[in-house]
Amino acid sequence: MPPAQPDLPKVRLHVVTGKGGTGKTTVASALALAMARRGRRVLLAEVEGRQGISQTFDIAPLGHRETRILHDRTGGELWGLSVDAKESLREYLQKFYKVGRAMSVLDRFGAVDFATTIAPGVRDVLLIGKVYEAAGRRTGKAGAPVYDAVVLDAPPTGRVARFLNVNAEVADVARVGPIRTQADSITRMLRSHTTAVHIVTLLEEMPVQETVDAQAELRAVGLPVGAIVVNQLRGPMLSAKALKQVSSSRTARLATGVAKDLESVRVRVTNGLVEGLLDDARQHADRVALERDQDAILRDLGRLMVRLPLLPEGTDAGGITVLAEALADQGML
Amino acid sequence: MASRASTVPTLDLATLATDPATRIVVCCGSGGVGKTTTAAALGLWAAEHGRKVVVLTIDPARRLAQSLGLTELDNTPRPVAGIDTSAGGSLDAMMLDMKRTFDEVVEHHAPRDKAAQILANPFYQAVSSSFAGTQEYMAMEKLGQLRAQAERDGRWDLVVVDTPPSRSALDFLDAPKRLGSFLDGRFIRLLAAPARAGSRAGLKVFSVGVNVATSTMSKLLGGEMLRDVQTFVAALDTMFGGFRERADQTYALLKDPETAFVVVAAPERDALREASFFAGRLEEEGMPLAGLVVNRVQRVAAPSLSASRALAAAEQLGDAEEKSTTASTTQGLLRLHAALAETAARQEAVARRFAAGHPGIPSVEVPAAAQDIHDLEGLRAVGSALTGG
Ligand SMILES: Nc1ncnc2c1ncn2[C@@H]1O[C@H](COP(=O)(O)OP(=O)(O)OP(=O)(O)O)[C@@H](O)[C@H]1O
Ligand SMILES: Nc1ncnc2c1ncn2[C@@H]1O[C@H](COP(=O)(O)OP(=O)(O)OP(=O)(O)O)[C@@H](O)[C@H]1O
Ligand SMILES: [Mg+2]
Ligand SMILES: [Mg+2]
Repeated sequence: MPPAQPDLPKVRLHVVTGKGGTGKTTVASALALAMARRGRRVLLAEVEGRQGISQTFDIAPLGHRETRILHDRTGGELWGLSVDAKESLREYLQKFYKVGRAMSVLDRFGAVDFATTIAPGVRDVLLIGKVYEAAGRRTGKAGAPVYDAVVLDAPPTGRVARFLNVNAEVADVARVGPIRTQADSITRMLRSHTTAVHIVTLLEEMPVQETVDAQAELRAVGLPVGAIVVNQLRGPMLSAKALKQVSSSRTARLATGVAKDLESVRVRVTNGLVEGLLDDARQHADRVALERDQDAILRDLGRLMVRLPLLPEGTDAGGITVLAEALADQGML
Repeated sequence: MASRASTVPTLDLATLATDPATRIVVCCGSGGVGKTTTAAALGLWAAEHGRKVVVLTIDPARRLAQSLGLTELDNTPRPVAGIDTSAGGSLDAMMLDMKRTFDEVVEHHAPRDKAAQILANPFYQAVSSSFAGTQEYMAMEKLGQLRAQAERDGRWDLVVVDTPPSRSALDFLDAPKRLGSFLDGRFIRLLAAPARAGSRAGLKVFSVGVNVATSTMSKLLGGEMLRDVQTFVAALDTMFGGFRERADQTYALLKDPETAFVVVAAPERDALREASFFAGRLEEEGMPLAGLVVNRVQRVAAPSLSASRALAAAEQLGDAEEKSTTASTTQGLLRLHAALAETAARQEAVARRFAAGHPGIPSVEVPAAAQDIHDLEGLRAVGSALTGG
C-alpha cells in the first residue's frame, strides 16, 4: 500500500522537482501564483541562481533579498527569492556567532568558496537552510508565520533526494557542530507532514522512469512525495474510433472512404496523399498508446495526479495563470 | 529538404565517420536533445561501415542500454551483439561509471598505501560521487584512456563519446577546470600546510588570517572535518601532478584535428541558441567542430497538402449536410495533418534562421521517430538519417 498522501492544504513547504526541462520552474511558479490568488502570502524560491522565476514573471532579476512579485485583490501576496549560498553563510555566521565580519577574512583565504562550493553537502545545507528559515519565520512575539507557504523550485530528479537529504549528506564531513545541528532540524521539517515533494514529468519514457526512480529514492530517505504533475499534455487529435481504425491491419476500405471524402470537398487526391495521411495517423496512434502506457505507470505510484496542458503560446502572457487555475481545480492546493 | 539543401551546407557524417583520420567523435549539446542516441547511432553506423568502434555512453535510457548489452556496470567496453560485421568493423560499447573511473585514476597515480587512504577519505568519497563537474571530468578521463588503448593495442580506430546530461553543452568544457581549481583551491592548500603557507608569506597578519579562517570553519563544521580535509589533501598531493597532466593531455586531444565535435540540438529556438554559443566556444578554443545535428525534426507524410487547405477541408466536411461513414475520421486526419504541418513549418523557419546566422556550420536533420529509440533497428534508422542515406 502506498504511504499516506500528505494533506496538501496543510503543507507549508512545497518542493517541486522533475527531470530537466519538464517544467519545474513553470509548475512551481503556477503553484505559488495559485495560492497567492487565494489570499495567501507565498514565497517562491529558487536555489540554482538561474533566474527562472524572474524570467517566468518577466520581472527584474531576483537576488538574495525577498522581493514582492505581486499583490492580489484577495490580499494574497507572491514574493520571490533567489537563494545565494554565500549570503546564506554570511547570515548564518552573523546569527549564530555574531561573526558576520569574519566573512571578509574567510573570503580572502578561500574558505567561503570552500564552504559554499566544495565541502560536500554544506552548500545544500546553506541553500535549504535559508528556505527552512523563511518557512519557519514568525513575526513579533505572538508568532504568526510570515509566509503561509513556501514553494521551492528544486534541483532536478537526479539530484533532489541527495539535495534534500542534507542530514546524511553532511554526516560524513560534519559529525558534530552547528552545521550538523542545523542539518538535523532541516531534516525534521522536511520529513514532517508540512512538506510535500511534487514531481513534474512528461508522458515520455525517460522522464517517467526518472519520476518512478525519484519517488522510490525520496521514500527511502523518508521524504513525503506529494503530487505527480504531468505537464505539457497534448490531447489526442483523433477520436477513439479513428485511432482504432487507422491502427487496424486492414485500412483499404477506410482509404477509399477518405479519398471520397476528400474529393467531396475538392481536395485533389494525388498519389500517396491518403496513404500519407494514414501513415501520420498511425504514428500518432502509436504515440497515444505509448502515452497511455506511461500514464498507467504513473497512476500506479498511487499519488495525486495533476495534468497540465501544453500551452500553444508558451507560458508568457497569462499562460502561468491558466496553469495555476488548472492546479487549483485539480486539488493541488 | 531539397529546398534547404541549396542554402545550408550539409554535414557529411558519412565521409567524416569513414575517414580513417577521424579518431574521436564527441557528441555534445544541451540536456535531452539526443546526444546519447546520436553517439550510439553514429557508432553503430561507422562499425557497420568497417570502422572498429568503441562508444562511450553516459546514462543511456534503460531500454537502449539493454539493447547495447550494457547491463553490467563494470566500466569496461564490451562487444555489442547483433551488428553486421561484413564490412570488417566492430562495435564495443560501455557506460561510464564516474566513481569507478575516479577510483582507478587514484589507484593508478598514488602510491599503494596512499591510494587506500584517499579512497577511504569521506571528502574523496563525496567529491568522487557528487561534485558538480566530476562526471564531465571523468568522461574526459575515460576518453583519454580509450584513445590511449586504441593506440596501444589497435582494438579500436574510432572512439565515439557521449557527454553528460547538463543544461549547457559548455559544461563539458568548463566543468573539468572547475574540479581542477577545487583540487588546487587556496583554502585546501592552506589547510594542507598552514605553517608552510604562513612562513612563506612571512607576515604575521597572514597566519592570523589563516587561523581565523580555519577556526571559524572548524567551529562551523567540527574539528574532525578539518582533519579529514587535511589528510585528503596531503594524500592527494602525492598524485596531483600526474592527475593534472593527464587532464591537460585530454584537453589537448580535443583540439587535435583527429577529433570532430558534433553538436546536437532540437529544432527549437533555445536549443539552437545554445548550440550557437557552443559553436562559438569551440572556435575560440581551437576545437574542430564538424557541424550540427538537428534532431527530432517533424516530418509530414503528405507534404503536398498545406495546413490551411487541410483545415478548410476539415471544416467543409463538418458543414456538409450528408456525412459519409468515414467523414469524422477524415476530418480528424486533416486536422492532425494540419497540426503536424504547422509544427514542421515552424521548425523549418527556426532552422533556416539559424543557418542564415551561421553560414559556416554545416548541418543535417534527423526526423522525429514516433517512438523512443531503444533498439539497434531504431539506431540504424537514425544512423541512416545522420549520414544522409
Ligand atoms: N504547460 C506548458 N505549456 C507550454 N510550455 C511550457 C509548459 N510548461 C513548461 N513550458 C515551457 O517549457 C520550457 C521548460 O520549462 P521550465 O523552465 O519550467 O522547465 P524546468 O524543468 O524548470 O527546466 P530546467 O531543468 O532547465 O530548470 C520553458 O520554455 C517553458 O516555458
Ligand atoms: N530522432 C528521434 N526520434 C524520436 N525519439 C528520439 C530521437 N532522438 C532521441 N529520441 C529520444 O529522446 C530521448 C532523449 O534522447 P537522448 O537520451 O539521446 O538525449 P540526451 O541528449 O543524451 O539526453 P541527456 O541530456 O538527458 O543525456 C530518448 O528517449 C530518445 O529515445
Ligand atoms: Mg527551471
Ligand atoms: Mg544522454
